[in-house]
Amino acid sequence: MSKIEFPLVTRHLGAIDPESLTAYAAVGGYDSLKRALTEMTPEAVLEAVDQSGLRGRGGGGFPTGRKWRFCREAPGEAKFVVCNGSEGDPGAFLDRAVMEGDPHAIVEGMAIGAYAIGAGRGFIYVGHEYPLAAARLRQAIAQAKEQGFLGEKILGTAFSFDIQVRRGAGAYVCGEETALLNFIQGNIGEPRNRPPYPPQQGLWGQPTIINNVETWANVPVIIARGAPWFAAIGTEHSKGTKVFSLAGTVKQPGLVEVPMGTPLRQIIYDLGGGLKKDRAFKAVITSGPGGGVLPKQFLDIPVEFESFQEAGGNLGSGSMVVMDESCCMVDVARYFLKFSFDESCGKCTPCREGTKQLLEILTQITQGHGAEEHLTLMEELCATMASASLCGLGQSAVNPVLTTLKYFREEYEAHVREKRCPARVCRPLLKYTIDPETCTGCLVCLRECQVGAITGEFEEPQEIDQELCVKCGMCHAVCKFDAVKVES
Amino acid sequence: MKNDSVSLTINGKLVQAPAGQTLLLAAKENGIDIPTLCHHPELKPEGRCRLCVVEIGTAPRTRLVNSCTYPVEPGLAVETASAKVLAARRMVLELLLAQAPAAELIRQMAAEMGIRETRFQVGLPNQRCILCAQCVRTCREVVGVSALSLAFRTPGKLVTTPFMEESAACIGCGSCVFICPTNTIEYTEKDGVRTVWGREFELQPCRVCGNYIAPKAQLEHWARLTGDPVESFFVCRDCR
Amino acid sequence: MTSQEILEAIMSRYAGVAADLIPVLQDIQEEFNYLPQDELKIVAGWLQVPLSQVYNVATFYKGFSLEPRGVHHVQVCQGTTCHLHGSSRLQEGVIRRLGIEPGETTGDGQFSLERVKCVGKCGAAPVLAVDQDYFGEVGVDTLTKILKPYRKPK
Repeated sequence: MSKIEFPLVTRHLGAIDPESLTAYAAVGGYDSLKRALTEMTPEAVLEAVDQSGLRGRGGGGFPTGRKWRFCREAPGEAKFVVCNGSEGDPGAFLDRAVMEGDPHAIVEGMAIGAYAIGAGRGFIYVGHEYPLAAARLRQAIAQAKEQGFLGEKILGTAFSFDIQVRRGAGAYVCGEETALLNFIQGNIGEPRNRPPYPPQQGLWGQPTIINNVETWANVPVIIARGAPWFAAIGTEHSKGTKVFSLAGTVKQPGLVEVPMGTPLRQIIYDLGGGLKKDRAFKAVITSGPGGGVLPKQFLDIPVEFESFQEAGGNLGSGSMVVMDESCCMVDVARYFLKFSFDESCGKCTPCREGTKQLLEILTQITQGHGAEEHLTLMEELCATMASASLCGLGQSAVNPVLTTLKYFREEYEAHVREKRCPARVCRPLLKYTIDPETCTGCLVCLRECQVGAITGEFEEPQEIDQELCVKCGMCHAVCKFDAVKVES
Repeated sequence: MKNDSVSLTINGKLVQAPAGQTLLLAAKENGIDIPTLCHHPELKPEGRCRLCVVEIGTAPRTRLVNSCTYPVEPGLAVETASAKVLAARRMVLELLLAQAPAAELIRQMAAEMGIRETRFQVGLPNQRCILCAQCVRTCREVVGVSALSLAFRTPGKLVTTPFMEESAACIGCGSCVFICPTNTIEYTEKDGVRTVWGREFELQPCRVCGNYIAPKAQLEHWARLTGDPVESFFVCRDCR
Repeated sequence: MTSQEILEAIMSRYAGVAADLIPVLQDIQEEFNYLPQDELKIVAGWLQVPLSQVYNVATFYKGFSLEPRGVHHVQVCQGTTCHLHGSSRLQEGVIRRLGIEPGETTGDGQFSLERVKCVGKCGAAPVLAVDQDYFGEVGVDTLTKILKPYRKPK
């Protein structure tokens, strides 16, 4: 398990019972809500969040106070606050940890936000894959209502607020805020054109703020400790902390929380324990399918919004997947494009057809049918997708391709010019042979082979017929004796 | 505040436009045509095709937005045919050429921009649908029966009737056929029967002259809407 | 309970407005293990939502299936860390042993297969789940053994 350096958002994880409001209250839970409702005006709450410098943690990095202010000032009779707990990135598990481990922090944060902007109702969207998170949040809401922290005339004030949990139905695109709103309204998750923006016209046309789980979890802390305290953590433009789900080929995967500005190297080597088998660091990808790869020359950059953007990456939602020399960057690009293609809603041409064609080209390259022109064609296509796609999914789906092309072009060139995969990952480019010294003749590989390419007697070394071999790599996968050799 | 007029620049020209108007219409009213595919004056704009993108802002902070939905803003600088815009338009058409190789309209529009063939992998050779959804939107907003919808996501997104079966809501009016810019929807008429979306509709002949008016199902729909007896619709316009 | 009784029990929990569509479909998916056509037609009428809209929603979201799911639902994690640890070959192994592709159900109704994104157990990549049971560091060579207890008894 990796170490948590600065437990702010993650302070309660594993420390209190997430199914008990009493446990939450015992560590100061709901004191911030009490303070906000009885000692502060909505404007004062807004001011505090503004002054704290908190920026959206879902990836956009938009100043939270400013978003709340837009919403507060927008005309509308029934405003909404929404928590985006979709966590669609296939490498992230931090929002899940907070929803499961500290659900009351989200409830309290949303209640404070609703008070600040004048909302009476809230929704928490929980990713389809997280049934426990949905259950815990529903439980927390019921408990909060029972104790008078939600519902009508909260704590004897004029403020009434209630929250509903909505479980997702399996669409990454619903992590996009307007697609999320359409989901709650009972529609398909096709994003909306903007303007108008949600703070002006969101759910059912009413002013709505949508914030990420981590953003909401920061709010009670800001009210409790004060904006100056929060603003003292982090860097000039990125205040507070950031939670990451560290994974990939590190020794100690898990959650980390660090002040903004912490060098990437510290997270990977100190908190993450370095790379498995002490292999050389190759790259890290943050923010998954919409993120970019950062190679080793960026190991010392501070984690914050600006520095990552300059490097071509994306601080994103918080997934951090570390890769070593055993990972193929072309394969990684293809993996993320497959994801974006599967998840693209299909509304706009650049993303719908663009992800399809990028995936097609990357597949060709990984199968040994790549051509030099493919690389420039991809760059040209990516430029249009980035500028003309309707929403962030299409706009950022290009990042894995563009950054791997930029920093690992020689790997693409090996695939295209020499039909070779240096990391020995792309199976169609590999050659599988059986080492007669190690093979025990157990016949497991022979039985696995679907094209009859393996022959040999029981307890005799087996042989792979290279003419018949389709390079599925399954013999290598089933051999318990490491007798199948791979080369490219 | 009535009749708000907004001042903005389009292609360097200072123009006035009513508040709330889209960039597409503001440009059109000032003699600047922007190509579109999914846009139709009778339907709510949805911004699907992205062909109508224009570049807004001032360098270096410019971006592309679709002019069919973006409203005019005071002081906005708009370029409708900048290099970035043209590159995006060409790419959209090149992608559509691959998606719908049999769509004549796309071939024409692409040729006008100097594109004769696509560098991308072409799909089914007889595919014409560009997923502009004008048929779906017409059925929903104009006809009001919502017999059609989109279904699935990018891998396999298409226009269909529910469960890809005969739609009970369809009235056989053929509006979808008429509105489709690429002649995708099949429909036949033979021996007093119109077939569209896999369902056969009996055509109602005029009581007086005998010419076919419309499918009986369509007239029954009108009767339901107006409350008049359906027989009153069995006389064609010419014979009234 | 008959299908009708099950559906009525679900409907009684909601106000019956258009915004209830997705939660209602989720309840039906949960109870029936898929979305039967007849039930969808009833829901469309009750919520006053066009059937075409219901169909669009039912096909858009991967959490819904229009065909019955299997008795046992197999999920191969396709999260990034699992991918880097060979989940695509693991999936190939599952496909071969069950004879179905992701999104399908076996002929005997026993298994359905789904690709799923990160389940949050990256330390044990690659991960496989059968219903609520999770298996970590799964190799293709151990797959047959893992699946055996879930197979239909002969």
